Amino acid sequence: MGYTITEKILAAHTGKRSVVPGEFISAKLDLCLGNDITAPLAIKAFEEIGAKKVFDKTKIALIPDHFTPNKDLKSANQCKILSEFAHRHDIKFYFEVGRMGIEHALLPELGIVLPGDLVIGADSHTCTYGALGAFSTGVGSTDLAAAFATGRCWFRVPESMKFVYKGRLPKWTSGKDLILYTIGKIGVDGALYKAMEFGGYAIRTLDVDSRFSMCNMAIEAGAKSGIIEPDDITIEYIRERWKKAYAKSNRRKYTIYKSDGDARYAEVHEYDISRLEPQVSTPHLPSNSKDVGRLSKVAIDQVVIGSCTNGRLSDLEIAARVLKGKKVNSRVRTIVIPATQNIYIDALKLGYLEIFLDAGAIVSTPTCGPCLGGHMGILGAGEVAIATTNRNFKGRMGDLTSEVYLSNPAVAAASAIKGRIAHPAEVTA
Amino acid sequence: MKAKGKAHTFGDDVNTDEIIPARFLNTTDAKELASHCMEGIDSRFAQRVKSGDVIVAGKNFGCGSSREHAPFSIKSAGVSCVIAASFARIFYRNSINIGLPILESRQASKDIRQGDLLNIDFKKGEIINVTRNKRYVAQKFPEFMEKIISSGGLLQMVKKEYL
Repeated sequence: MGYTITEKILAAHTGKRSVVPGEFISAKLDLCLGNDITAPLAIKAFEEIGAKKVFDKTKIALIPDHFTPNKDLKSANQCKILSEFAHRHDIKFYFEVGRMGIEHALLPELGIVLPGDLVIGADSHTCTYGALGAFSTGVGSTDLAAAFATGRCWFRVPESMKFVYKGRLPKWTSGKDLILYTIGKIGVDGALYKAMEFGGYAIRTLDVDSRFSMCNMAIEAGAKSGIIEPDDITIEYIRERWKKAYAKSNRRKYTIYKSDGDARYAEVHEYDISRLEPQVSTPHLPSNSKDVGRLSKVAIDQVVIGSCTNGRLSDLEIAARVLKGKKVNSRVRTIVIPATQNIYIDALKLGYLEIFLDAGAIVSTPTCGPCLGGHMGILGAGEVAIATTNRNFKGRMGDLTSEVYLSNPAVAAASAIKGRIAHPAEVTA
Repeated sequence: MKAKGKAHTFGDDVNTDEIIPARFLNTTDAKELASHCMEGIDSRFAQRVKSGDVIVAGKNFGCGSSREHAPFSIKSAGVSCVIAASFARIFYRNSINIGLPILESRQASKDIRQGDLLNIDFKKGEIINVTRNKRYVAQKFPEFMEKIISSGGLLQMVKKEYL
């Protein structure tokens, strides 16, 4: 009997030869992470149970990225809890503003998450790292507190769902469009409690940034995790990490797992995506995905390009390509947020930031900020935004009557120019 | 353990931004979080809810973010139990971990109306709708989760086993 990549990773971290869906396990963790919203609760709990020492100071990441740079006094005090705990316990992967980045872009960039790892994070988008062939999933602060103390976490082994994407991805589409399309097909609880495994020709030819966007949004279908089998593109990405001065010291061994040919899946979905249009999810659910062409009458007040879904270098590159030599519509506020300090520097050197600034956009230091209605771009009553983020729930970016449309960066950039939702082909030659 | 209270009903896919909007996440204070409970979907809920009351919702309750502030604000508001047709997974495990009683029952989720008086017996997984004279049996928890619940939450279990 065969096993999926997910079952193999979970078994390897449980000291068992195999695990089956439905089984409860206590697994050893390679990394656990928290941010300025979730870690303070975990730290409080950790201290309340009288724990004195963390299980391993090199396997904990604490990243103040949500309300940073500190947006108000309360946030400042939350972040202080993080930094004091990090220093007290000599936590290796604590990153201050200035070295910091959005957690799910930062950790892979620094080579801290590798294929075959088992990662939990007190942040729902922790599922992002599945793009590298790791099992990673979001948990709560109490789980994180327990992990700080024990280095373990309990799981119910998920059933897997296989998604096979056939055909070549058309121009102006990306991993974001694949995942919005998929969530549109199966719904916001279509993969509830399950592992989504992405494969097929379109995935095998997808760059790592796009794979991150896909796995990042597995949670928006209710999934426990999203995962892509590592291949040459994955290995090349990791090799590139190790060439960087900032990631070199994190070099370590990793294991590549692949699903067996006779692995069992709860469901298999096949999509021919060779004619896929860029997808836009209309308010107020990520599952409301539609072809961009059907929404060309929707006027917008704000554009956000960034987030753990789409704030990576290739996202900025395509947005810059669309905005080069153009001006943002006079009615529109355009906010570009490189996801990490290194992406910021690269985008600066490559001239993307100048293109954004010339176009009349602003460029912010890395932060989750507007995605969750935190700061740096809150919407007023009735305002409409198109964003490369991951959630468009009611009131997500601000006022309860405001609206968020989700898209890829090329569509967001084109929409910034037009002042309404637009296809990138409308503004490029 | 038993509970008794009035039902407050909600629809499908109630998300964590509705349960506790992100702008209130700059604190871990129970009282403050309780005062904003469900504010993203019903701005007067926190004032209306009485100790022991029950939230009854449709499918996929608690979808979205991992913020434990969501079940914590519900628990801190005095809600004795959340009944739903199904729960989003992180909300589900967070509730088990912090000891917010949750029950899964499609029938109860479908039947119960705003203001119905409910009697709940957690040990039996039984929900009695006093107003409508009906009885529902919730899905049983797996043994592993029963252990967390009976330990008084994940941290108490961890404390016993590891520390």
